[in-house]
Amino acid sequence: MPKSIATRRLINKVFIVCSTLAFLVALVPLLSILYETLYKGFDALNFDFFTQMTPPIGGPGGGIINAIQGSLIMVAIASLIGIPIGLFAGAYLYEYPGRVANNCRLIAEVLTGVPSIVTGIVVYVVIVATFHSFSAFAGGIALSFMMIPIVAISTHESLKLVPNSIKEGGLALGVSRPKTLLYILVSTAKSGIVTGIALSVARIMGETAPLLFTALGNQFMMNSIFGPAESMTVLIYEYGTAPYQSAHVFAWGAALILLLLVLGLNIVVRIASRLKPVTPI
Amino acid sequence: MQTQLEKNRARQRARHPDFLRTALIVLVFALPIIGILYLYSLINGSLDSIQAFGFGFLVSSKWIPNPPNGGPPILGALPAIYGSVVTTTIALLFAIPISLGIALFQSDLAPRKLRLPSIFLVELLAAVPSVVYGLWGILFLVPFMSNSVDPWLLGSLGFLPIFSGYANGLGMLTAGVILAIMIIPYGSAVMREVVTAVPRAQREACIALGGTRWETMRMAVIPYASTGIIAAVVLAMGRAIGETMAVTMVIGNVARITPSLFLPAETIPSVIANEFTEVAGNGIYLAALFELGLILFAVAFIMNLIGRLLITRLAFHGKVASDA
Repeated sequence: MPKSIATRRLINKVFIVCSTLAFLVALVPLLSILYETLYKGFDALNFDFFTQMTPPIGGPGGGIINAIQGSLIMVAIASLIGIPIGLFAGAYLYEYPGRVANNCRLIAEVLTGVPSIVTGIVVYVVIVATFHSFSAFAGGIALSFMMIPIVAISTHESLKLVPNSIKEGGLALGVSRPKTLLYILVSTAKSGIVTGIALSVARIMGETAPLLFTALGNQFMMNSIFGPAESMTVLIYEYGTAPYQSAHVFAWGAALILLLLVLGLNIVVRIASRLKPVTPI
Repeated sequence: MQTQLEKNRARQRARHPDFLRTALIVLVFALPIIGILYLYSLINGSLDSIQAFGFGFLVSSKWIPNPPNGGPPILGALPAIYGSVVTTTIALLFAIPISLGIALFQSDLAPRKLRLPSIFLVELLAAVPSVVYGLWGILFLVPFMSNSVDPWLLGSLGFLPIFSGYANGLGMLTAGVILAIMIIPYGSAVMREVVTAVPRAQREACIALGGTRWETMRMAVIPYASTGIIAAVVLAMGRAIGETMAVTMVIGNVARITPSLFLPAETIPSVIANEFTEVAGNGIYLAALFELGLILFAVAFIMNLIGRLLITRLAFHGKVASDA
């Protein structure tokens, strides 16, 4: 017997309510994380927090200047390596479609799904074991391995959105293919490419697992990129899992700074691109 | 006869033999090279362990890196594999329905003005670093679970082996919940993409026949997008299996196989994160951790490959349908 109209409408209402609830349920952890971090992290903030080096776990006072230094330097190393390679690889995927491009794109997609802890042990073998030293350089390389496929895919996706007519217009005017790519396609797709790069920087800034066995950690300022380095994420992990109240406050403080940087970058980029959804990577 | 212009061009080309083109070709090979580097380092690093334990590594439940009698280490990955399977299953049980709900909300149900902001908010959830989830997990979620959720489950469903034991907070249930929260943004984003890709005509046909929104989704949209939805689940599963920091911080890290979801356990990535710096010259131990990494890499690789191929197939299917 077919269902009555009333039943069907009721089922429909239930469905709409459930679906809306699913969305609202997902927001609960986001709000809780933001609230907890702001509320508990605020206590840690003072002048010393930004100017002193980390105390021993559970010890009094101190700051996270060495962690901020380490994080920024490693993100910079990763960006210097990862952005150009990712950009060129992405441009290749667009410019020379074919079997090589398809396979490289598939490899890039699979690489973005490789657990970051695996990247950590691979770079441990390739860099740390080879040079017999944990270093900020190794940490930066590990982060760049995560960054290259992300930048390549987002560049490829942005270039694909450029209308064919614009590309053909360039070629029809006698502009060579490389110059069309560089001056016409890339400049048209600029905002998408920049969005992709900024989001990948935000992503690697929050990575911990690749740094555990590469940069290791360092209670002091780093003097050379070939020596161990502290990072905000490893600091949060170590202080957050230590059994001391004072270490927890410290971890919340570092988490607050990290969230401000990472979410801040995300919010700025998304609002600048008018909330346009990005390809999930 | 060459004109002056053509001569200049030829000279330029000789001077810059398509620099850009060369750069593109050279740099795209960074991708396969990185892939090979992963494979080589992992296999090379785990050779000793593969030789010492063979297939038994996957089915042995003993994990004794430094035996008290000074004998060779006895290492089996089963507790870690078990923990990974259980936590991932819990995560998917929560994440699949919620992600699908969010995807449909964002693609079809939400008022037009709310769609982009709602997508933005879920993307922010994806942007929160894993270690911050972990910190929130250990200092907020763990106490919450051990004070509220676990006692309640013990009281009402305590007769089931999975809810036996004592309320502890650190354990597989908490890890599963935090994993679910972490994969929902990714799962829902992929599902939203495939649901949005379902042609309008498909929806309109059902609405024209008098279908309600629910019936349109159930009969016209979800079946059409089913391949893509399965792909999203597979991809999200790959993410859940490899997630390290948050799980390591809330699971308690004990090598044991227990039916109780309340008790501490471990997962493949949490073992690596916890023990890698402790191996100190113990060659077989180090190799065993590499073998865990190799297993993780292989599983994530297969999941991503299956997921991506399903989505590619779907794209082809969608193209054919829209051309017809």
